Amino acid sequence: MNRYARPVLALIFVAMLATPAAVRRFGAGVPAELHAGDPQSRYGFTLSQSAAQAGIDFLHEGPTLDQKLAHIMPQVASMGAAVSIVDVDADGHQDLYVTNSREGSKNRLYRNRGDGTFEDIAERLGIAGLNHAETGVSMGSVFGDFDNDGFEDLLLYRWGRQELYRNDGGRRFVRVTGTSLPEWANINTAVWLDFDRDGRLDLFLGGYFPENVNLWKLANTRMMPESFEYARNGGRKYLYRNLGGGRFEEVSASVGLSSSRWALAAVAADLRGTGYPDIFIANDYGVSELFVNEGGRFREVGRETGVGYAPKSGMNASVGDVLNQGRLAIYVSNISEEGILIQGNNLWVPGPTRGGLPKYENLARAMGVDLGGWSFGAQFGDLNNDGFLDIYLVNGFVSASRNESYWYDYSKVAGAHQTIIGDAANWPAMGNRSLAGHQPKKVWVNDGAGRFVDVAQMVGASDRYDGRSVALADFGNHGMLDVVVANQKGPLLLYRNQVAPGRQWVGFELEGGCRPESAGPCTNRSAIGTQVEVFWNGKRQLQEVSGGAGFCAQNQRRLHFGLGAAETIEKVVIRWPSGRTQELPGPEAGRVHRVQEGL
Amino acid sequence: MSNGALRGSSPALDMARLRIDKRYLAPILVTLVLIVGQVTFGFLESWSRTALAIATAILVEIVLGRIFSGSWPHLASAYVSGISVGMLVRSPAFWPYALCSAISITSKYVLRVDGRHIWNPSNFGIVAMLVLAADAVASLSVQWGNTLLPMVVVWCFGSVIIYTLGRFHITATYVLSFIALALLRAAVTGHPWTSEMAPITGPMYQLFIFFMITDPKTTVRPVWGQCLVAFLVAAVEAIFRLLQWVHAPYYALFLVGPTSLLVEMALARRRAARMPQVQSAPLAQA
Repeated sequence: MNRYARPVLALIFVAMLATPAAVRRFGAGVPAELHAGDPQSRYGFTLSQSAAQAGIDFLHEGPTLDQKLAHIMPQVASMGAAVSIVDVDADGHQDLYVTNSREGSKNRLYRNRGDGTFEDIAERLGIAGLNHAETGVSMGSVFGDFDNDGFEDLLLYRWGRQELYRNDGGRRFVRVTGTSLPEWANINTAVWLDFDRDGRLDLFLGGYFPENVNLWKLANTRMMPESFEYARNGGRKYLYRNLGGGRFEEVSASVGLSSSRWALAAVAADLRGTGYPDIFIANDYGVSELFVNEGGRFREVGRETGVGYAPKSGMNASVGDVLNQGRLAIYVSNISEEGILIQGNNLWVPGPTRGGLPKYENLARAMGVDLGGWSFGAQFGDLNNDGFLDIYLVNGFVSASRNESYWYDYSKVAGAHQTIIGDAANWPAMGNRSLAGHQPKKVWVNDGAGRFVDVAQMVGASDRYDGRSVALADFGNHGMLDVVVANQKGPLLLYRNQVAPGRQWVGFELEGGCRPESAGPCTNRSAIGTQVEVFWNGKRQLQEVSGGAGFCAQNQRRLHFGLGAAETIEKVVIRWPSGRTQELPGPEAGRVHRVQEGL
Repeated sequence: MSNGALRGSSPALDMARLRIDKRYLAPILVTLVLIVGQVTFGFLESWSRTALAIATAILVEIVLGRIFSGSWPHLASAYVSGISVGMLVRSPAFWPYALCSAISITSKYVLRVDGRHIWNPSNFGIVAMLVLAADAVASLSVQWGNTLLPMVVVWCFGSVIIYTLGRFHITATYVLSFIALALLRAAVTGHPWTSEMAPITGPMYQLFIFFMITDPKTTVRPVWGQCLVAFLVAAVEAIFRLLQWVHAPYYALFLVGPTSLLVEMALARRRAARMPQVQSAPLAQA
């Protein structure tokens, strides 16, 4: 053996130990010069938190559940702050509905006056005081025009009784009775979709805790997940077929939609170009599920498509054409805590299709959107109108003491046998300790070349609340996506967006052809499920009107496309769920186009 | 984890009339556990990451073994180290798996005292990654589906292997110490005793108990000393747990293992230094 061999090996060994530091320094890091200069010219936009100036003073309050859970109340009663965007009175201005969760607290519907300010009209419209221990408290809402009368109706989902409200001309909401919605279920996600393409919006509901658990009247404390990664003792799933006339039929079993995992988020979109909406479910304590829609029947293909292998803590499901290739990727948020639990978020990008199923690859790490703390809601949107979809992500689980952490006790029990983890009595008391609290948010800007860069602190998204739900909307009708964030036990934030000059955009407000008494093939009036593909300057981007996406959230139904410096658009192709395809040659940039389905 | 536990006994084992080289026993069983775990639960981050960890460990072992011993090394140890890294490391990135394996194997050749490596290789590699790459790596024991069957499988396989190799006393001492200290911790913290006992019910913890702390290459030689070291690992771990260190068992073994070996070596040197004096005294008198 060469006498230098051992010293050389020692040097190599030291170099190995230094590698992680080198990766941090030179790997995914962003060069300092990228962050130099004026943020607006550097990134193309800035955000300013202006809820108070806009007249929004909402503060979320959590519920107080059964006292058997008092010792871990912060982590169980940790959801319920949710926001959805709706044009409730069809006046062309985007309004927002935000849910509260304390027993006796009130939800709010902030109507956009169109002058930069909002007014709360929830009480007047009858959808404010909806949180009671007897009926449950709000977890979120989704809007869709289930009766095709031109006004968006409200589905309020709760840990408790689910409620459907018909929007009566934007003047009031009327509770719809006889819907057969579950009398009691712990629902944490809901989406409107037209799964059978009959022109009437159907409804998917995903349960978190099992439906036989009343969190205010616990029979016992065995209501926690049976496993941190393989739990199947969660809530069931519901699929309500809209029969018309305000009647719904629960059909999940007959169409193959069955799961008892702990669902926290779901999104429905036509992921395979079949015209039928598939359903992707992000589950806590387990793998995600992808139910492909085969002509109105569902089949779970998580493993076949690659999304159903590695179990994580799924808390978000949203779709976006991140590579501008005319196909939708799926973003799932999970948990990452330095040195303790590095699940990493998933960005499932579709690859080649075989046998009608796309094979997804997780490119979150490669594209720089994997580490987002204890991530919750996320949305795709072109925040800087450069022609590429960015990601806004909120996070933070329980922010209490800055000096004391619950992570150790959490990890101790999370790895235990099901008889221990599944019983809340075995969990150590949280006290005033934080669990992944006070986390910085992520605003990942897509550079168009396969990488995202976090610019949150530079552009003004600097809050450290426990973010849950995030929704995007152009509140000023001026071609800039603003951001609304609902925080658990925190204030509702409104980040106004100011895009740098010289960046073009186009918007599409779609209206399906179905009417209350329609017969024949037509699209639901909300146009949910309609895909719009814009072609410009050698680029293309696909978006779909969604009936709920993210975490307990819904973006504006209007589709917003950034165009960069391009002044002209080659064409726009609209694929309606009815099967019709419409092409708009060279629509004007810089405005919202209102398009009705041509029948 | 290491297959070193196999090297402390005779090279061949007659099991049901099937003669198996003992060095292959742990690799075979750990592979079975991995396959069952992955097929049943999909517990790996991915096959490719685990394969990368194994391939790296084997490659580094071949290169370093050839250079430093002048012969082709037996690869069972490297294989088990690689598979351990593939199971215990959790990261969405690929490079930590390769790096952890490389560090684990290289540590055997670099960190040596009196010709012995003093750290369990995968324990060293994992601790190095947890400390130096905390932003990219974790090792939370939640991978097996917290149901009974995988636990029973690991307990049965582990017990058979360890008993066969005559090292069950180490595992037993550690488990009993852990249970006693868990009850003590519960009394100190006021937490439910079940929560203090919880970690040992996690299947990954059992891999630690059966394979990592019993590695003969990095444990002391007398039986009573092995029991004492196992107790000390549990005791130091208990202290770390009171300090709320998430990866307490890895850190405890990282500190106690080499320390006990160094003490044993020092005592052996002292004994060796005394021996000539004892023998020479009669001669002097004569």
